[in-house]
Amino acid sequence: MTTIVALLEKNALITAFVVVALILAFSNWLATRLFRGQIHGSAVAITLGLMLAYWGGLVAEGSKGLADVSLFSGLGVLGGAMFRDFAIVATAFGAELDALKRAGWVGALSVVLGVVLSFVTGAVVAIAFGFTDAVSISTIGAGAATYIVGPVTGTALGADSAVIALSVAAGLVKAILVMVATPLVAKRIGLTNPQSALIYGGLMGTTSGVAAGLAATDPKLVPYGAMTATFYTGVGCLLAPSVLYLCVIPIQGLL
Amino acid sequence: MVIYGVGLLAACMLAGVILGDLLGQLIGVQANVGGVGIAMLLLIWAVNASGLNKLLEPPTAAGINFWSAMYIPIVIAMAAKQNVVAAVSSGWLAIIAGVAAVAISFAMIPLLSRLAGRSEDTP
Repeated sequence: MTTIVALLEKNALITAFVVVALILAFSNWLATRLFRGQIHGSAVAITLGLMLAYWGGLVAEGSKGLADVSLFSGLGVLGGAMFRDFAIVATAFGAELDALKRAGWVGALSVVLGVVLSFVTGAVVAIAFGFTDAVSISTIGAGAATYIVGPVTGTALGADSAVIALSVAAGLVKAILVMVATPLVAKRIGLTNPQSALIYGGLMGTTSGVAAGLAATDPKLVPYGAMTATFYTGVGCLLAPSVLYLCVIPIQGLL
Repeated sequence: MVIYGVGLLAACMLAGVILGDLLGQLIGVQANVGGVGIAMLLLIWAVNASGLNKLLEPPTAAGINFWSAMYIPIVIAMAAKQNVVAAVSSGWLAIIAGVAAVAISFAMIPLLSRLAGRSEDTP
């Protein structure tokens, strides 16, 4: 038994292939039997993955979910940014060039609007919770954009490490909620065509959230949403510690 | 050969990531700006370029299609390595900020879609 476990750990990435295949097989079975096709198999699998990540986080007390349990460490490689981005680029192979070209100004607008909206929302919540200094308010606002923009902004502005941790948590909540909620609201918000996927990617911005959200909704929309989302973190890191922070400073005086 | 497809895909990604990093340095942010997006455009360009017709041969395409098909499994592995414990136990501020940001962004999608649709009718 210990030999088998040791071998599985040694071949971590291969073990991850089997684990993911089993999760997907079980999820597809659940989707047809239990949910009668109402919910996508991949949506079930992503939710299941998040639940396993919660369990893994409790057991291993790490920050990488199930991947911190040594038997499942291959999930960290397979689900890491390198393979994720590689697969996202591959999805562009089937994309319509015309639809992507049309991204143009709507795509750009949705990215900037997405960053500003999330920042303002996060900042308002921070103020409601009693924060009165512009640095903390901006850092939490930036965290509501993505969990990368938060710490980048916090570090640039010299925020307290507890505040930076809060901003990362806000970004994590956002990413996970986007994964789970997208397939549920997709029809209601008109997320059914390449153009709305472009706008969705730009407004949401969290690459992992958008990647999983679209996978669970309609994999054909992935390249369009991923295209705009990929610019979001960069734009967020540009705007949050500069223009947006400068806009918060005068508000600080009113608090 | 299948490896041509995989190699092309990998080369596009590396070129995109390098360009995205340079773009980030150019505008002075500590982040990759659109590297993956640039890589996607490079791949589409390479596939459509006339001199590279060879790339459309079935075995070459299979090398790209395989990774495209691996997308969902990779995303599931990604979900399984999220720090869900930190997100759930982070306290109300982080949860409310995250939920509100998502709700407001969702609400904006139909508005922007309508705006974009209208401008297309009257260019």
